[in-house]
Amino acid sequence: MGTISGIARFLYDFFVGDDWVGAVAVIVILAGAGSAAHAGVELWWLVPIAVIGVLALTLRRAITRL
Amino acid sequence: MNTFALLLTTFLASAVEAVEALTIVLAAGVTRGWRSALIGMAAAAALLALLIVALGPALSHIPIDALRAIVGALLLSFGLQWSRKAILRASGYKAQHDEAEIFARQTSAARSAAAHNRAGLDWYGFTLAFKGVVLEGLEVIFIVLSFGESTHRLVTASAGAAAAVVLTIMVGIMIRKPLERAPENMTKLVVGLMLTTFGTFWGGEGAGIKWPGSDASILGLLALYAVTMTVTIGVLRAAQARAASLKAAAS
Repeated sequence: MGTISGIARFLYDFFVGDDWVGAVAVIVILAGAGSAAHAGVELWWLVPIAVIGVLALTLRRAITRL
Repeated sequence: MNTFALLLTTFLASAVEAVEALTIVLAAGVTRGWRSALIGMAAAAALLALLIVALGPALSHIPIDALRAIVGALLLSFGLQWSRKAILRASGYKAQHDEAEIFARQTSAARSAAAHNRAGLDWYGFTLAFKGVVLEGLEVIFIVLSFGESTHRLVTASAGAAAAVVLTIMVGIMIRKPLERAPENMTKLVVGLMLTTFGTFWGGEGAGIKWPGSDASILGLLALYAVTMTVTIGVLRAAQARAASLKAAAS
């Protein structure tokens, strides 16, 4: 049991890190941009803007936690 | 296409991919230790060699876009984490050497040592280098196969790609030492910037986005993120200084 929870914790730390919002936002941004691209809408310019928005949001969350 | 043109084309196209892989390996090596990064690179090279021997031209059917999307999303997630921590340190919100955090990290690392350092490897560094080299290596293989098969000169196309890979490795060995001497937080900030840039590019490409200028857009993303992070550090430093002066005035 301890080994399984240790592995689960390692995987969570490895893939998600200390703020789950960032990891979820990355998936949402890429999935959204991919769906738009497949629908014929080119939203490449929105991706870096969204990434910067996520960085700002997670920075704000980190500062309020300090 | 004559022999020289074929050599030059595969050399340049492969050099772009090799430099991208080198950036990731250097990032993993400088921040997580060279042993794990180099073993990750060697393991990726071995996997690629095995794939070439086992599959040969059938390799061009690997779903590279799905691979790019997964690797890109992971790199972007790692990049945002690294950038956030480096920005907080550079702007004074977090101590450059936060003793409490170091202690917590050491005790946590000791507890999970078996999971994180299995076989004496840092798995973060290992997988970072491994994924980067596998992805870019596959792209080099696709370049060689598409140019080599269309011109019926696979050996010439392979020679161009091999020269690019060897030259890139030599450049990597030369710039390794100067990179190690850079200040720790600056190195981490640059690594965060690189991972965020490549993560955005590969993740977006894998999801189906057509970046303007193809690989050249990496430079645009890099510049945009570098300016954003520099401005953010400046704004946060100013806010921190204002808060400190208000605190001093109040006491």
